[in-house]
Amino acid sequence: MRSRWSYVYFLFYLLLGTVLLFLNNDLSKAVITLMNVIIILVPLIGTIFGVMYYYSSREFTELLLAQPVKRSSIFLGQYFGVALSLSMSLIIGLGLPFVFYGIFKSGAIWDFSLLLITGTFLTLIFTALAFIIALANENKIKGFGYAILLWLFMAVIYDGLFLMSLIYFENYPLDKFSLIATMLNPVDLSRVLILLKLDISALLGYTGAVFQKFFGTNLGLVISTVMLALWVAIPIGIIYKMVKRKDF
Amino acid sequence: MKYFSYISIILMLLISNSIFGNVLKVCKSCAYKSLTEAVKNAVDFDTILVKKGTYYEFNIEITKALTIIGQNNPVIDGQNKGEIITIQANNVTIDGLTIVNVGTSYTTDYAAVRVVKSENFLLQNLKLERLFFGIYLEKSKNGKVLNNTIVGDAVHEYSSGNGIQLWYCRNIEVRGNKIKKVRDGIYLEFSDDITISENNSSENLRYGLHFMFSNNDTYINNTFENNGAGVAVMFSKFIIMKNNTFKKNWGSASFGLLLKEINDSEITHNTFEENTVGINVEGSNRVNYTHNDFKNNGWAVKVRGACYFNVFEKNNFLYNSFDVSYNSRLNDNKFDQNYWSNYTGYDLDKNGIGDIPYRPVKLFSYIVNRTPETIILLRSLFIDIIDFSEKVSPVFTPDNLLDENPLLKPIRHDNYR
Repeated sequence: MRSRWSYVYFLFYLLLGTVLLFLNNDLSKAVITLMNVIIILVPLIGTIFGVMYYYSSREFTELLLAQPVKRSSIFLGQYFGVALSLSMSLIIGLGLPFVFYGIFKSGAIWDFSLLLITGTFLTLIFTALAFIIALANENKIKGFGYAILLWLFMAVIYDGLFLMSLIYFENYPLDKFSLIATMLNPVDLSRVLILLKLDISALLGYTGAVFQKFFGTNLGLVISTVMLALWVAIPIGIIYKMVKRKDF
Repeated sequence: MKYFSYISIILMLLISNSIFGNVLKVCKSCAYKSLTEAVKNAVDFDTILVKKGTYYEFNIEITKALTIIGQNNPVIDGQNKGEIITIQANNVTIDGLTIVNVGTSYTTDYAAVRVVKSENFLLQNLKLERLFFGIYLEKSKNGKVLNNTIVGDAVHEYSSGNGIQLWYCRNIEVRGNKIKKVRDGIYLEFSDDITISENNSSENLRYGLHFMFSNNDTYINNTFENNGAGVAVMFSKFIIMKNNTFKKNWGSASFGLLLKEINDSEITHNTFEENTVGINVEGSNRVNYTHNDFKNNGWAVKVRGACYFNVFEKNNFLYNSFDVSYNSRLNDNKFDQNYWSNYTGYDLDKNGIGDIPYRPVKLFSYIVNRTPETIILLRSLFIDIIDFSEKVSPVFTPDNLLDENPLLKPIRHDNYR
């Protein structure tokens, strides 16, 4: 089950990378398009796949629970199995066409590796969130519904609310607020991380001192990476706690 | 005929030298121990040869038509006491000197070399370091400033001067200079018919090149990099800007090129790369922008108010965060046959021109104008959605602002030179 789906996932990325390069004929442009894909699709696939995997392997998991194996190692093993195989498909699937295209000889190599790193982070985060949803909901339909809602919220609705509040409170100093709001959403966080590479010249156009410090120095890169790591660590911690307490 | 004229010029030079010109040598063991001394004893059309060594001198006033040539980089050290060389005579040449430690003052603009009300001067191969003002030309005509290297150590705008400053000058050529770390690299005020070419102006505190009230000037093949605020051209007419490179001018008040009240000018074959704003246009009319490359800028072109009859044709807009931004709903400028890397249309008739027009102004750029913090939402899916809906039915952006003939492939400007 797991291996077959990760092959499909792998082939999908392979195709995507090839088509992108074929259509664009230009690495820098392909990297920009790819960024949109990674920020939107990777979380979606991570969530759906995580939920699906948990529900479909539920019976086998219950069987395993009867054995003298530590609970946390069963669930965390499952989680890492899913998340890592998804990440591998992403990295290899996208990496191969770009490597053949000659990414190593181009200046876009750092942008590209940053993309893959954030993609991996997003996979880890959203698979973990999906596991939490699945663990909390016995009902499959409900679980899927919440998972989709989670993705929709993080990818679209959050930014809408964010934008509205920025415009509504435009008379107040907002730079701290907007940075914090960004930190609270892993999709935004990885978007900003990529912006730091792609659009730094536009970001530096804003006058706020906090922005200047965040974007102008390496501080932004460091803080975003730390926050992404936290976004991985905290959901995993929650999974760990949930499985300990959960009744089967 | 040409050879004959060359030969006759050389002959005339030789004759003039042998008839009028004496050669005065300056060195530790020569008849003249200092440049000041030599200048005092020289007469018109003499040549002064300054040999290798360090000379502690300042306030050298040249009131005769002299040729001063430095051999093996002699150093004139002003010991921060004031101005070093002041030229007040026609036909003066200064070549190959290194001039250091110009005095800093808050009341007088001390310069390494100042030319006052003179004609036919030539300043070349000079090296100016630790300076206040570098080369200061005032009310002078028909001169040349060539291949000088000016390296300042400016920290504050109020206590630093400009690399090359032209004030009320006519018909002067400024070519091949390297200017670094001063306030304004090259500054022109009330100066007409100036040609500025092949200079490299970088890391300056304020502007790489700064124009004020100067008309009919040309600048070509220059590179402006990493300056505090880029290049500013203000209140001038009939300016030709060609083949220049504007690079890495980052910051909240930084531009590749700032145009303010510029009329009837040409901006062609320039490259704008990685600037916060490629070109910031304000109150400029009848300016033609053709064959420029805008690459990886935050804003490629930012149009503020009162810009009419400007034409943007055959430019490449590549991977800018925003291609064009407007702050009003009015548009009287023309965009035609540009290449936009953000264009998503198609070309069914295969003529190389997209079948649906491109709208270079996004709704999001209006939002950012209004609430600058929203820049953090750049490239978010939500923003893409609202941009898309605005594109389908423009409400906030000028609905006639579009490129009817967007190209599908980047233009090779070399084919149009």
